[in-house]
Amino acid sequence: MSLLLSALSLGFIFGLLALGVFVSFRIFAIPDITVDGSITFGGALCAVLLVNGWPPLVATLAGGVAGCLAGALTGLLQTRCGINSLLAGILVMTGLYSVNLHLMGRSNVPLLDVRTIADQSQTVAMWLLGREEIAIGVWVVPSREIVMLFAFALISCLVAVALYLFFRTDLGTAMRVSGNNEEMARALGVNVKTYRVLGLALANGLVGAAGALWVQAQGFADAQMGIGTIVIGLASVIIGEAIIGGGRGGLGLALCGTLIGSILFRQLIALAIRGGLDPNDLKLATATFVFIALVFPRVVSWLREKYALRGRVAVPGR
Amino acid sequence: MLKLQSIRKTFHAGTANEVRALRGISFTLEPGTFLMVLGGNGSGKSTLLNAIAGTFPVDEGRITIAGRDVTRWPEHRRARHIGRVFQNPFTGTAPSMSIYENFAFAAKRGKFRGLRWALGRSLRTELRDRVAELKMGLEDRLENAIGSLSGGQRQALTLLMATWIKPDLLLLDEHTAALDPKSADQVIQLTDTLVSREKLTTLMVTHAMGQAVQLGSRIIMMHQGNILHDFDGEEKRRLTIPDLLQRFDDIRRRELLDAPAAQMLAEQYV
Repeated sequence: MSLLLSALSLGFIFGLLALGVFVSFRIFAIPDITVDGSITFGGALCAVLLVNGWPPLVATLAGGVAGCLAGALTGLLQTRCGINSLLAGILVMTGLYSVNLHLMGRSNVPLLDVRTIADQSQTVAMWLLGREEIAIGVWVVPSREIVMLFAFALISCLVAVALYLFFRTDLGTAMRVSGNNEEMARALGVNVKTYRVLGLALANGLVGAAGALWVQAQGFADAQMGIGTIVIGLASVIIGEAIIGGGRGGLGLALCGTLIGSILFRQLIALAIRGGLDPNDLKLATATFVFIALVFPRVVSWLREKYALRGRVAVPGR
Repeated sequence: MLKLQSIRKTFHAGTANEVRALRGISFTLEPGTFLMVLGGNGSGKSTLLNAIAGTFPVDEGRITIAGRDVTRWPEHRRARHIGRVFQNPFTGTAPSMSIYENFAFAAKRGKFRGLRWALGRSLRTELRDRVAELKMGLEDRLENAIGSLSGGQRQALTLLMATWIKPDLLLLDEHTAALDPKSADQVIQLTDTLVSREKLTTLMVTHAMGQAVQLGSRIIMMHQGNILHDFDGEEKRRLTIPDLLQRFDDIRRRELLDAPAAQMLAEQYV
């Protein structure tokens, strides 16, 4: 139960990562590798601030700002230096590795005896529920984990709503167009370079915040923790799209799908491990899940055509 | 409304691929004029349009739109005064967004884009009415992604978007060239309606001489980066397609004569 609970919590934390990847991958059509670096950067900065006694909320927000800076740098490399988007991301990610080591002073920063969101959750849990542990059905779980779960769920849902509202403003709509059709955007008065930088700053800001929450959930920051997170983000986005039936549902549905994808993905991994998956095969399992999510819509279309089903059901896939 | 003074543009200067696309173009366009730009391949007509729009900076000369010197302005800044329709139907619309969202974006051309809600009710009502005028059945599909529409429909929408906010200058770059005859006809009709109703200053590049004769109040014929003929007013009204064909033939013949004639002269006198 504890495994599934923490998988749920991680699902929401990585939901922020997935939303960030959604912005860079679906709105700007860029596979942004900066993410591997910015999640660690956000987490590392947060950890260092917490160790130095800063309040958890401020430290978490600082992690977000760190991500924004990393994203903005990638954007500037692309727009001002003309560097290919994939390479720009790789450059920043690589550079950030050293930056993070300098920031932390060593490769791992534990958060023992440091006031984090976990401790705040403990306080709230005691105040709300009065007990350190709570029984749910046949399981006994630490009540602070329930509170943390609600906190992460609330944060990621609020962020998703905020993103939706933002992309429905004039600025957000312009950003979407500049990512979808640059030439059109320019012909209708948008400085696409500025929007690219802003968009990547936004995307990586979300990722940095995810990193900040992650280090508080797991109790330490590690220089290697970001490696491979772009794949987790992409997996969440893609699985989410497969669940909601392809990319045709509009903005709101796509954002929901991204969050759902992240949670589902974490649950699938947790179930696989519970079912005896060798932890060494974790990456293989991840790749397999993404593969299935990518191929699933096409298989459904193919089956539909093969059996000539008629009906007013939306066909998945782009 | 538009004034060009000695515009020159050379691509790949100094290399083997050097192309002197515009060799000193000058003309003035009065407000409300519908100018057709004709010319063979490589004459520089699309380059002229792109130079006015700001897709690239010109090497020499001055461009003035609505009294403002825009020569040094980047493309997106000039867009405040310009509405454009491209040759490629895919260039003018954002495929993964709905018709409604596309227009919400276009309705802010030249205006500050802040954090106001983009999809207001007044926009929706006006959009419905204007799209219904197109008679393409699109008014019921405003929430659909534009990517699912045909080329003709997309060009019609692009034209509507370009003129949603009345532009000082409308630039049409062979916007029916990639369409089937029926769609091309619909788009030309729409162009005629919109331009005459709003009295838009328009610059249209075209290959089709029929369009040049039918629409427009003035014709410019280009050849190798220069303006060879400029037909205005009464002279333009009396022009027919055979007249234009005759002019093109003259140019061709002159070109054929020029090269061997120059060689002959060089042999005789050098």
